[in-house]
Amino acid sequence: MAKLQVSTTINGEPVEFLCSPGETMLDALRGPLGLTGSKEGCGSGDCGACTITLDGRLVCSCLVLAAEAEGRQIGTIEGMAKGGHLHPLQTKFLEMAALQCGICTPGVLMAARALLERNPDPTEEEVRFWLAGNLCRCTGYDKIVRAVLETAAELREAAQ
Amino acid sequence: MSDLHYLSPRTLDEAIKAFSDAGETARILAGGTDLLVQMRAGTVRPGTIIDIKKIGEMTDIEEAPDGSFVVGAAVSGAVLAEHPRFGAVWPGVLEAVNLIGSTQIQGRASAGGNLCNASPAGDSVPALVAAGATVTVAGPNGRRQLPVEAVPAGPGRTNLARGEIVVGFRFPPRPPGSSDAYLRMIPRTEMDIAVVGCGVSLTLRDGICTAARVALGAVAPTVLLVEAAGKALTGSKLDDAAVDAAAAACRAVCRPIDDKRGTIEYRTKIAGVLLKRAVRIAADRVRGA
Ligand SMILES: Cc1cc2nc3c(=O)[nH]c(=O)nc-3n(C[C@H](O)[C@H](O)[C@H](O)COP(=O)(O)OP(=O)(O)OC[C@H]3O[C@@H](n4cnc5c(N)ncnc54)[C@H](O)[C@@H]3O)c2cc1C
Ligand code: FES
Ligand code: FES
Repeated sequence: MAKLQVSTTINGEPVEFLCSPGETMLDALRGPLGLTGSKEGCGSGDCGACTITLDGRLVCSCLVLAAEAEGRQIGTIEGMAKGGHLHPLQTKFLEMAALQCGICTPGVLMAARALLERNPDPTEEEVRFWLAGNLCRCTGYDKIVRAVLETAAELREAAQ
Repeated sequence: MSDLHYLSPRTLDEAIKAFSDAGETARILAGGTDLLVQMRAGTVRPGTIIDIKKIGEMTDIEEAPDGSFVVGAAVSGAVLAEHPRFGAVWPGVLEAVNLIGSTQIQGRASAGGNLCNASPAGDSVPALVAAGATVTVAGPNGRRQLPVEAVPAGPGRTNLARGEIVVGFRFPPRPPGSSDAYLRMIPRTEMDIAVVGCGVSLTLRDGICTAARVALGAVAPTVLLVEAAGKALTGSKLDDAAVDAAAAACRAVCRPIDDKRGTIEYRTKIAGVLLKRAVRIAADRVRGA
């Protein structure tokens, strides 16, 4: 089968890779690209473990074809920590034990960061609603929501 | 999927040609939130996938000087929500589109895909029908316009001819005093399929309803325009008698399925309940409440 050559940008770096036409972005990330931070929980758009950004917008990478990445900007969990420094959300998740098995965590962090970029002062309800597409089988969500709210409060304070 | 081809044409003409050249097994890709799920489940095995998101007309939102809007078929829910004006003029259509799935699904899912997927429970469709929106369809034989309600033919089937692509939706200019609303009933609070959906669009002048359109989803094999309900509201002050008559008209057209998520009796009753609530919301929006 003819492979497609895709030129894209992943976490700010230009990247070229080969994919088959029906391959999902999630499979390309976890396979040839070796970026295994994005997880496959369901493969059908329900769980959010595969969440990435495509041109800055949150999407489920299991519902994006790898070929669609051509000429676009991809952001994955691997790009969240900068130069060995964890993002404040990542630090807070560790501090507040907002994860157990960790399978949902990359997707939750990607989604939570996108929320705080758009809305630095979300209500609890807004956090829960925004994260409704990120399923977690372990934490019961409460610690996740608290950690997001706490990070938001700290970032607001730091910005003053 | 061994002989699958992926194409991403930059013009509509190229897309139309590629779509008809590729034959029976070609599929249009908008947000992929239905198509990729169906491919993974093995229920759809496309030979060619034609991604329409590189075509400007498919992804643009335009407001004309007369107040009409043209929304590209592949515009995602997230992009529609960010438009500075669309949601102010068509709050019911926007809320219906934004009910589709999660934040991540909103990053991709389009009204065009929702309509062409032809689920009787597609959330945007009743709101589009109530709005009186029309679709522009383009194919090997040129372009044509049809009302949104003429597109679905049955579960998973549309009235589009072979090779036809939905290009976009046109929303008519809004007279002053107009608004709309969409409500759905789902057993959970989020991320679920409608048991009933109801879209209402109306115009009020001096407290009198001068025009109304009502549409129901998930109560028949296709989304229904309930003309009798619109008629019952038109000419009234949206008093209880008129709204009750419209609710009765909604119940009368229901031919729902009977399943664990909602019995026939339940779905039918809820259709009337949602109609009443959606009328109140749309009227409150007109009054700026
Ligand atoms: C987790 C999850 C939750 C969901 N929740 C909801 C929900 O709450 N409510 C709801 O209604 N739906 C829901 N859906 C279904 C789906 O997201 C919607 O139907 C969505 O609107 C489909 O749009 P799309 O752009 O992704 O379509 P695609 O998957 O790209 O296309 C859908 C179908 O339409 C065809 N098509 C697309 N665009 C065109 C066009 N312009 N011309 C001709 N044919 C075309 C495609 O070939 C395909 O057959 C959900 C899906 C997932 C995965
Ligand atoms: S793996 Fe993509 S949403 Fe679950
Ligand atoms: S920590 Fe296990 S799924 Fe969320």
